[in-house]
Amino acid sequence: MAGLPFSQLDGAGHLRHFLTTEGLSRETLTDILDTADSFAAVGKRAIKKVPLLRGKTVVNLFFEPSTRTLTTFELAAKRLSADVMNINLKRSAAVKGESLLDTLHTLEAMHCDMFVIRHASSGAAHFIARNVAPHISVMNGGDGRHAHPSQALIDVYTIRQHKPDFSKLRVAIVGDIAHSRVARSQIRTLRALGVKEVRIVAPRTLLPPMPEALGAKVFLSLEEGLRDVDVVMMLRLQQERIQGPLLPSLHEYNACYGLTEKKLAVAKADAIVMHPGPLNRGVEIDSEVADGPRSVILQQVSHGIAIRMAVMSMILGRRDAAKEPG
Amino acid sequence: MNIDPTETTALLKSLATELRVRLHELARKDPLMIGIHTGGAWVAEYLHQALAIAEPLGVLNINFYRDDFSQSGLHPVVTPSDLPFAIDGRHVVLVDDVLHTGRTIRAALNEIFDYGRPASVLLVALVDRGGRELPVRADVVGRKLSLTPGQQIKLSGPDALCLEFRDC
Amino acid sequence: MAIVIRGGRLIDPANGVDEVTDLTIVDGRIAALGSAPAGAQVDEEIDARGLIVCPGLVDLNARLREPGAEHKATIASESRAAASAGITTLCVPPDTEPVVDTQAVVELIHRRAADAGMARVEVMGALTVGLKGERLAEMAALKRAGCVGVSNGLQPVTSTEVMRRAMEYAGTFDLGVFLHCEDPWLAVDRQMHGGSVSGRLGIGGIPETAETVTVARDLLLLEQTGVEGHFCHLTSTRAVTMVAEARARGLPLTAGASAYQLHLTEDDVVGFDSQCHVRPPLRSAGDRKGLRAGVRSGVIQAICSAHQPHENDAKQDPFALTEPGISGLETLLPLALDLHHEDGMGLAELLAALTSNPAKIMGVERGALGVGAVADVCIFDLNARWVLEEDTMLSQGHNSPFLGQTLRGRVMHTLLGGKVVHTWTP
Repeated sequence: MAGLPFSQLDGAGHLRHFLTTEGLSRETLTDILDTADSFAAVGKRAIKKVPLLRGKTVVNLFFEPSTRTLTTFELAAKRLSADVMNINLKRSAAVKGESLLDTLHTLEAMHCDMFVIRHASSGAAHFIARNVAPHISVMNGGDGRHAHPSQALIDVYTIRQHKPDFSKLRVAIVGDIAHSRVARSQIRTLRALGVKEVRIVAPRTLLPPMPEALGAKVFLSLEEGLRDVDVVMMLRLQQERIQGPLLPSLHEYNACYGLTEKKLAVAKADAIVMHPGPLNRGVEIDSEVADGPRSVILQQVSHGIAIRMAVMSMILGRRDAAKEPG
Repeated sequence: MNIDPTETTALLKSLATELRVRLHELARKDPLMIGIHTGGAWVAEYLHQALAIAEPLGVLNINFYRDDFSQSGLHPVVTPSDLPFAIDGRHVVLVDDVLHTGRTIRAALNEIFDYGRPASVLLVALVDRGGRELPVRADVVGRKLSLTPGQQIKLSGPDALCLEFRDC
Repeated sequence: MAIVIRGGRLIDPANGVDEVTDLTIVDGRIAALGSAPAGAQVDEEIDARGLIVCPGLVDLNARLREPGAEHKATIASESRAAASAGITTLCVPPDTEPVVDTQAVVELIHRRAADAGMARVEVMGALTVGLKGERLAEMAALKRAGCVGVSNGLQPVTSTEVMRRAMEYAGTFDLGVFLHCEDPWLAVDRQMHGGSVSGRLGIGGIPETAETVTVARDLLLLEQTGVEGHFCHLTSTRAVTMVAEARARGLPLTAGASAYQLHLTEDDVVGFDSQCHVRPPLRSAGDRKGLRAGVRSGVIQAICSAHQPHENDAKQDPFALTEPGISGLETLLPLALDLHHEDGMGLAELLAALTSNPAKIMGVERGALGVGAVADVCIFDLNARWVLEEDTMLSQGHNSPFLGQTLRGRVMHTLLGGKVVHTWTP
C-alpha cells in the first residue's frame, strides 16, 4: 500500500548509493570484488594512493562510535585522493537538539559528494539517502541491526581468496543473528553469490522471528551446524545481551556456542574461520582458533580498505558518468 | 584498411631494433620494461623477449589515473597494475601501442612515480597517430601516421598482433 | 428552520432502514422520513440523488492532541477535518497533557470542541492517575464531568491487581473500560510486528503475544469483575478469536479495529516507511484477513480512525526514532468502505460499525436517524474516486501512508445537529 521501497540503484542498475546487499545482483557484487582486487594491489605500493577521487569530499558521519570502521573508511577515501571529514555526531550537534535533517542540510551546503553513515537505528542510511540532495551519495557503514554491507563484502572477498567456487560451499554463521547487521548482510551476499548452503547457528533467544525467512538453514546446536562446513563466520556477542533475559551467562554461551578447536573438528579439514571483529576471546571464540592456522581474521581486516575503495569509486564514477554522458 | 599481420610483425621487429640502438646510445643499462594495459603490454611482451631483458615485465593499468573518470566512470573489472620490481633509481622503458592525445602517458607517468623514483623513463610507441593534447613525445616510434579525428586505430591481440583501422 | 435532504438512499442501521427517501430535519432533529410535514417551511434543500445518507460517523478512537501537543493538532483543526470526513462524534483517549484525570481537563476539551462547533467530542477519562497504572483515577468525578468511559490510553496497567480493582471501581459507576492491549515487556524498545519483515529489516519485533497475552488477562479480569469492556484496537487474528469466544460465553464486551489495520500489513514497512510506524503495529497479511473477517462476522463492532496527527518532523528520522501513528480521520470512511467494495460486506452492517455500534459502545444516543433523533448526518458518494493529497488534507497532521493513493468513497455533506458543517467542493 505504501510507496515503492527506495532504490540504491539508478535507472541503469548501477549503484547510486550503497545501503544494503539486499537486491544486489551477482554481477554487481562480483564487479565490486574484482575492482577491490585492483585496489588491493595499490595498498602494496610505496605510494598507496591513486588520484581517482581527487577533488571529491567524503564525509564520515558517525552517530555511533567505531574507531575501526571509521579508520578504514577514512583510509579508503584518502587512498582515492578524496578529501575526508570525520564527524562524530554522538558528541556534536546531535546532542544540542539539532535534527538529523538539519545536520545533513548543513553538510550538503558544504558541497560534499558522499556521506558514509553509521547509526544505531535500522534504516538510518535509507532515511538519509532518501533525504539528501541529489548530488550526494550515501554509503552505509552500519545501521542498527539492519545492514553492514561493506563488511559482508569484505567477508565474501576473503572467502573468495580461499575458496573461489561458491557453488560448492557450506557456510555457517554463528552467534547473535537477531541483533547482527553483519549477519543479515552476509546472508544476502552469500545467497546472491550462489553459495550452496547458508546456515545460521544460535540459541533461539538470539534468532529473529521466522529466521528461515532470511534465507538460511537454522541450527540450534553448534556441533550440528558446523558439520561439513567450508566456512565458519563467527559473530561478536555484545556483552549487554547478558544483562537481559537472552542468555544466562558468558560462561554458558561459551560452553554451548563458543568456537574451540575441538568443536571445529566436525567442519571440513580445510575450513576457514572468520570474525568481523572486535573479538571477545573466550566468549564466542577461543584464542587457539582465532590465532590458529584456519583463522583468516587478520586477512579480513586487511581487505577492508580495498573493498571500501572499490565501492566508493564505483558509486562516484558511475554517478558522474550518468550525469555527463560521452 | 588493415595493416596485415606480417606487416605488424615487421613493424615490431624494427621497433625492437631501434629501441636496442637507442638504449645503447643513451647508455641505459639493465632497463625495466613496463607495458600499458592492454595493447601496450602486448607490444612490451614482444620487446621484452626481443631485448632479453632480465627483470620480469611490468604491466601498468592506468584506470585509476585516468583524467576522464568523471566522464566515463570506473570500468567495473580492472586488471591491476603489476610491477614486480623496485623502481627507484632504475631506467624504465614505457611501452604503449598507439600514442594519441598523450593523456594515457600522463596517467602512466603519474602512476609510475607512485611506485618510486626512476632514474629515467623512455617512451616507446608502436604507432604515433598524432593528435596530441599534451606536450608528450615518444623516444622510439614504430610508425607515424596522420589520422583524422574520426579515424581509429587499434591493436588486436594478444596472439598475432595486428593493427586495425576503423572509420567512425 | 427546516432542511430537506432529497432523494438519497437512506441507510440507518439502528432502525433497519435502507431505502431511497427524503429526510426532513427541523430544528436540528429528524422530523420525518419522506417529505416535510405539512406546513413546515423548507429553508434549505440538499440534493442527495445518487448518494448515500447515513448517520454521522462516530469515531471511538481519535487523538486531537489538545491540550498539550497543539503543535501537532488542535481540537479546532481536527474537528474541522472530522466534519469533512463525515465524522460527527469523536471520542478522545485520556492521554493528553495533562492527562484526563480531572474534571478540569474534561471541561476544557468540551469547551474547545463547542467553540469549534464542527464535531461533538466525547472524552474518555483516565483509569489511573496520570495513566501511571498505580492509583485509581477519580472516576466518579470524571463521570460527572461527562466522560463516556475510562481507559489507560496506550499506557499499560502492569499490575494485575491494579487492573482488577480499576475495573471493579469503574463498574461501580457503570463506566465502560476501554482497553488497549499491549504487554509492555514484550513490546519494549520494539517498533513493528515481530515477523519475517522485522527479521529482515533488523527492527525490533513486537510479537503477536504482546497483544494476546494482555487480551487474555483482561478477558479473565472482565469475566471476574463482570464489567463492560471494549478492546479499542485489535490487530491480530488470534485476539479476534479470543474475543469471539468470550462473547460466545456471554461476556458483555465489544471490540474495535482501526481502518488502516484493515489495509496495511508489515510488508508496508519494507523500505523503512515511517508513515507505517504505528502502535499497535501493522501485523501480517493473515492478521489483516482475520481482522476483516472479524468485522464481517460482527466480532469487531466498531471501526475507528485511530487518528494520531503529527507534525512533519515527528516522521523525519530513521524508522525506530519516529513517532508512531497515522492521521486517519480523512481516510476512515473510504478505507472502511473497501470492505463493501472488495469483500462484499453489506453496507448496512458496515455502516453500523461506523455509526450506531460505536455510539452504543460509548452509551451515547447517536448514530441513528429515527424521528426525533439529533440530526447528525453524513451524505456520501459510494463510488467517487479521489486522491489523498497533502495540500488538501484538513487535519493539521499530514502523516498518512495513503498520500497519493486513490480512495473510493467521498463525503459530500456533513450535518451536525441539523447544521451543514461541510459541503464538498471540487
